[in-house]
Amino acid sequence: MTLRLTQGSLRHANGVDALRTIDVQIGAGEQVAIIGPSGAGKSSLLNLLATALKPSSGDIEVLGERAWHLSARQRQRLRARIGLVHQAPPIPPRQRVITAVLAGKLGQWSLGKSLLNLLHPLDVAGARAALARLDLGDKLFAHCQQLSGGQLQRVGIARVLYQAPEILLADEPVSAMDPVLAGHTLSILSRHAREHNVTLVASLHAVDLALAHFPRIIGLRDGQILFDCRSDEVSRDKLDALYANEQLQSPAPAVAPLIVQIPRC
Amino acid sequence: MLKADSRDPAAWPRLLLTLLALALLWPGIQLSELDLGVLFQADSQNEMGRFVSAFWPPAHDQAFLQLLLKATLQTLAIATAGMALALLLAVPASLIASRALSLSAASRGGVPGLLGRLLRWPVRGLLIFLRSVPEIVWALLFVRAVGLGPAAGVLAIAITYSGMLGKVYAEIFESTDQRPAHALLQAGSGRLAAFAYGTLPNVAAELLSYTVYRWECAIRASVVMGFVGAGGLGQQIDLSIRMFAGGEVASMLLTFLLLVLCADQLSRLLRWRLT
Repeated sequence: MTLRLTQGSLRHANGVDALRTIDVQIGAGEQVAIIGPSGAGKSSLLNLLATALKPSSGDIEVLGERAWHLSARQRQRLRARIGLVHQAPPIPPRQRVITAVLAGKLGQWSLGKSLLNLLHPLDVAGARAALARLDLGDKLFAHCQQLSGGQLQRVGIARVLYQAPEILLADEPVSAMDPVLAGHTLSILSRHAREHNVTLVASLHAVDLALAHFPRIIGLRDGQILFDCRSDEVSRDKLDALYANEQLQSPAPAVAPLIVQIPRC
Repeated sequence: MLKADSRDPAAWPRLLLTLLALALLWPGIQLSELDLGVLFQADSQNEMGRFVSAFWPPAHDQAFLQLLLKATLQTLAIATAGMALALLLAVPASLIASRALSLSAASRGGVPGLLGRLLRWPVRGLLIFLRSVPEIVWALLFVRAVGLGPAAGVLAIAITYSGMLGKVYAEIFESTDQRPAHALLQAGSGRLAAFAYGTLPNVAAELLSYTVYRWECAIRASVVMGFVGAGGLGQQIDLSIRMFAGGEVASMLLTFLLLVLCADQLSRLLRWRLT
């Protein structure tokens, strides 16, 4: 198993239970989509799987290692093999695109090489190749604050592609893109994963995109797994149960009878 | 404003804080014996007028200008050397004292671990100690140790300013968006690399402008320390005041104005380049 989360729970500092005793197992090379309503815990689950957050209870095993039983140094080395695409790309606005992309390999580079790379980019070709796959090759030397939200999101993806991790986790990677670009970008991600035998887990808002691009779907609601099945087994009923919302009642249609008075004369 | 339907939960705390600030300000004015009325009494106005009228015209004979140039260069040198030494201590200290580089904070929602917090305290304490003793006291101490002259001023500035710079740098690192650095730490990067790629781009302009401002303050401080024999413009001003040479004092104050103006322009130029 590449990823194994056993009885994982996550409670945020403000006392909110984001995840309640979740079991997830994902094998090498699998492609999985996580769907669910807002606040269901999709980001929290991805952050747990990425070893970015420590579970409040339960155990997480990544690439055969129990991440939170390692020393900090070993864990950093493990983390360099995991790539996480963030929903809001965590890139300083004044950074150049090339630096933001090359930062993907910081976990593998020595400090000297990292600092040297700030003075002069050491792998222009590599960054250009990663960006070109996302049709952003011409933005190589632009500043990140000049990019649109969708472009910045693709820079975030290019960074993780350049990192070349063994596990690729993506938190709403296409939320700022139009539907066509979103589908295109997801197919790039899944093709990359297939070609390099990378395990891909992505959380998505758009159910149709998830069903179209991923063979396995995990439905998350209220910090718990509602279903975990093949995408062709996801039925209308399952989706209705997943997105059912008692609080959001559609406003009752006004049924005032229409009375037309035709004046007679 | 405080009616039930439009009540802002923050309104009462704000009102109370304002009242508290006023209540604290009043005894402060009493304790510092501030009485603006004294300024407008006839004899004190005469006294000030005599002192200021001696300032015109500013001294500008050849010999004095040469002396002025030398003293100005010395002042600049004291301030710059003092700042350079201060940075040597302030930069590592601020990196240790700041929570921005905490590896544990990245995976605990921004709250650093207990060990890290315990390790940060001694460094913070050191910075507090360094800046709590005024530079003039350090200067008096060092004048006894290394003798009269600029070296005492350099050391005094280095010590006090490393405390100030270290504290403010650490706070600047923490005040910016932590997510870029945290994301890099969570992708396996080392702390310093995450700092250089995630935090530094956001804070570079502010760091520079604060550093240039402190350099400007160091110029002023080196003048004050000149009064206790630590060289530079201050020593000259001290001499000129004692000799009642108002014109010379005026020339030196004008030089001063020019220096501060230059520092201001430099800061603006650097900020413009970085944004």
